[in-house]
Amino acid sequence: MLFVVIYPTIDTIRLSLFNESATKFLGLTNYKTVFSTDTILTAFRNNVIWVLIFPFFVTTIGLIFAVLTERIRWATAFKALVVMPIVFSTTASALVWATIFDNSPQIGAVNAAVLTVSDWFNPPGAYPVSTSAGQTVADLVGSNSRAEKNSGIVSITSAQAGGTINIGLRDVSPTTLALLKAQDALKPQPMSGAITGVVWRAFSPSAPTNTTDILPGELGLPILRLSLVNPQGAIVATTTTTTTGQYKFSNVGTGSYFVEIVSSNFTSGFTGISWLGGGSLTPVSGLGQTEQALLSVPLADMAMIITYLWIWAGFAMVLIGAGLASLNREVLEAARIDGAKEWQVFRRVTVPMLAPVLAVVFVTMIINVLKVFDIVLNMASGSSVNATPTLAVEIYNDGFTGGVHSGVSSAIAVILFLLVLPAMIMNLKRIKGV
Amino acid sequence: MANIVQSTDLTKRRRGLSRILPKRGPSNIVLGIIAIVWLVPTVSLLVISLRPEADFGVSGWWKALLDPSSLTFSNYRILFDQGFVAGGLLDSLMTSLEITVPATLLVVFFACFAGHSLVFGNWRGRDVVFLTVVGLMVVPVQVALIPVVQFYHELGNLFGLNPYGTIPGVIIFHVAFGLPFGIFLMRNFMSGIPKDLLEAARMEGAGEWKVFYRIVLPLALPALASLAIFQFIWVWNDLLVALVFLGGNAHTPLTVFLYDQNHELQANYWIISTGAIVSVVVPLIVFFSFQRYFVRGVLAGAVK
Repeated sequence: MLFVVIYPTIDTIRLSLFNESATKFLGLTNYKTVFSTDTILTAFRNNVIWVLIFPFFVTTIGLIFAVLTERIRWATAFKALVVMPIVFSTTASALVWATIFDNSPQIGAVNAAVLTVSDWFNPPGAYPVSTSAGQTVADLVGSNSRAEKNSGIVSITSAQAGGTINIGLRDVSPTTLALLKAQDALKPQPMSGAITGVVWRAFSPSAPTNTTDILPGELGLPILRLSLVNPQGAIVATTTTTTTGQYKFSNVGTGSYFVEIVSSNFTSGFTGISWLGGGSLTPVSGLGQTEQALLSVPLADMAMIITYLWIWAGFAMVLIGAGLASLNREVLEAARIDGAKEWQVFRRVTVPMLAPVLAVVFVTMIINVLKVFDIVLNMASGSSVNATPTLAVEIYNDGFTGGVHSGVSSAIAVILFLLVLPAMIMNLKRIKGV
Repeated sequence: MANIVQSTDLTKRRRGLSRILPKRGPSNIVLGIIAIVWLVPTVSLLVISLRPEADFGVSGWWKALLDPSSLTFSNYRILFDQGFVAGGLLDSLMTSLEITVPATLLVVFFACFAGHSLVFGNWRGRDVVFLTVVGLMVVPVQVALIPVVQFYHELGNLFGLNPYGTIPGVIIFHVAFGLPFGIFLMRNFMSGIPKDLLEAARMEGAGEWKVFYRIVLPLALPALASLAIFQFIWVWNDLLVALVFLGGNAHTPLTVFLYDQNHELQANYWIISTGAIVSVVVPLIVFFSFQRYFVRGVLAGAVK
């Protein structure tokens, strides 16, 4: 212990005053570096986020769980279940939650849930344009059509009742059409009192440059949502195309009309929130770039904190549960007999009586979170690698990746030690008092 | 008459009880939902590890619940069939055991003696030593890493035995950082053993050694179990110490195995999930076999 704990702790202080290979005395230069290096300041920011959010939530959740488990018969099973993640390695837990927060709704459960809800309110069109791949609605414009400002496509020609309007589109994905069971496009028959037509994929391998005629083998575009628009731009009727791409607007009034393929056909659905990517909650503008960066909260931090709550809630629950069990029941009963509501009993009697236990959980979790390491190292990926490091991660990155460098890394370690010190003094006081 | 009195008494008591334990229904529902939420990550990991590699990324793991026949042990078979090649799953499992078992036994061993000496010994400065130990409990591992690496190299220069990059090097570090908590736990527990018991034994002529292993040790067994479980799980799950001190060693514990798979070969989620399940099984067995002692350890070790 002397050689591996006490001596090294003192030696770290010495090393923090020397250069990277510990050969030259530098004084406080390393500490100046610490407070002027962006990545290390980011690490401070992240530690602050962790300390502000995590201990509070884990204590609250532990308290809620502990109180609720007092009222159920299967408390033992519930407790075992919630405590279980503590015995998992943080590495394994982090990797599990990394898939839960995965970008792709085909992998990540969170994004799959968001996708389901989002589709409910904002269903994707049958012909989604993948804006992320740089595609726009204008790319689809073929014969007799032009892109509208509202990101729909409208016919160039107009027609009166009894006339026809055909629209050809390009760049429609064959897989989409196969999925929709599209059939060969058929030329429409004019009908009196109606405007008819076909919307088709104006591309044939035998005549790739001919986009104006409907050639054999060219497919109709099914289930497109169309509207009939008057020259002022007002919608007078809506309909959808059949499997052969045909449509019919019946009982058309006098005047000439255009046909519009409405924009909702092309909206792509929700494609996934990048929880573990570079996304962040940024404060309002009006700040310098550095301040903005330092005050923003990376989404990945939130994902990591949620994961950490899953791991540690059981710990808080067990401690607070033990505190609850040793409470003086008579005081609680007395409060109830005096007519206090359940919530009042909890708020005014239970919580104040539990205060010492809650404080222990809170402080323990602050110490824990100051040293948070495994979870960040394993969950960060892509651009969040630079956004999420904590001090413990920076100590590792600075000191051990690419050879051992002792200077700056030791300085961060000393600062981390100083941050933990108040907790150490609290422990000593508590134990001396016992 | 007596009967009537009794029955009203009973209803009164019952009414009192129902006021103390109000409304069970909502608590059951809320905790039921929480229990499911808490279980989901573990279940997802298990399901992913049982799905064919090709299914990952094509559809969510929850789809497999609708079609349980698609699950297979092939991932496990492939990784186990590799045998004990360096860097493989089984080799990592062995390395984890090679590190964890000695590190646990040594801490338990030293902590017992230290605890005994701190409680029943008769030397000056016991309190100072104990308070130092309490203080050391919260020292972050990170603070000691660099000097210990250099210290290991020094040992190499002086005696030709450099523990850096070796399994003993990792064990030494874990033992040193496990001892403060171990001593704290044993000392606290042993101080609850009545001193008269020891006096009586001494009166009958038992030596200090006999007193220790005949009286103190059997009585301290529950605390010992708590400590052993804690140290085991702590060392088993460590990533940082292994990353730093095993630099360059081809044999790595499971945590480093998972870390490497995730960082160097990100697409291999079938290996990660299977490896994670293997890494989780051992502490789970320990946890469920000694749950009582584990909880006791949590309560005693709240300060770590």
